[in-house]
Amino acid sequence: MNIVNEMNLNFEAKSINESFARSAVSSFVLSLDPTIAELSDIKTAVSEAVTNCIVHAYGYQGGTIYINARITDTGRIIIKVRDKGCGIPDVKQAMEPLYTTGGEERAGLGFAVMQSFMDRVQVRSAVLKGTTVTMEKAIIRCAKNERPQ
Amino acid sequence: MVEIERDNDTLTVKLKGDIDHHRCADLRRKIDARADSERPKTLILDFSCVQFMDSSGVGLVMGRYRQMSLLGGRLKVINVNDNINRVFRLSGLESLGVME
Repeated sequence: MNIVNEMNLNFEAKSINESFARSAVSSFVLSLDPTIAELSDIKTAVSEAVTNCIVHAYGYQGGTIYINARITDTGRIIIKVRDKGCGIPDVKQAMEPLYTTGGEERAGLGFAVMQSFMDRVQVRSAVLKGTTVTMEKAIIRCAKNERPQ
Repeated sequence: MVEIERDNDTLTVKLKGDIDHHRCADLRRKIDARADSERPKTLILDFSCVQFMDSSGVGLVMGRYRQMSLLGGRLKVINVNDNINRVFRLSGLESLGVME
């Protein structure tokens, strides 16, 4: 598996940048000719990961969010969303659906959405150092005339 | 970015654009202010003009469900597209009976 394209994005952990982040990644993925549903899945997963950085990792205090996205010659997109925030003491617990430390208006579904919408999600975290979420998805290639409209 | 209309006992909120964590704080304020002052029997969240929503939208709906329960009214969520509906299905919101 070889990397055929790559991009890096650093931006401030401000909620106004959530739409920028998902739009930037989805634009990068367009070269794989994804379906609308695949693109929506990726946008949603990126939005969840970036929101986690803003709300949980940096606790609304700001910081930098780092996104690295790579496209492989096998048609996979690999997206890393990294922060240098507080870290997650118990990753297994944090990934349980409905678990949240973000208050009653947070659904606690961020990781569940990422896992459901992407093929693979890996979380590495160290307390007081930060968290890296790596997500992968295969973009199913088919002739344009075979795509659902 | 949001239109709120009153018709008898129903308050209809026409949501527009993307719904993410950034948008939700403002939406919550606007919807709660109208619902608290007007106390409708039914609050409708209309998603027909929403193209994107992440799980922040689930929190928005769950919060309004709680608010309407406290006010003695009910919540309805209408015109949800397939991509957004996948997020709602993951949340188990369908069991609350608010989805139409």
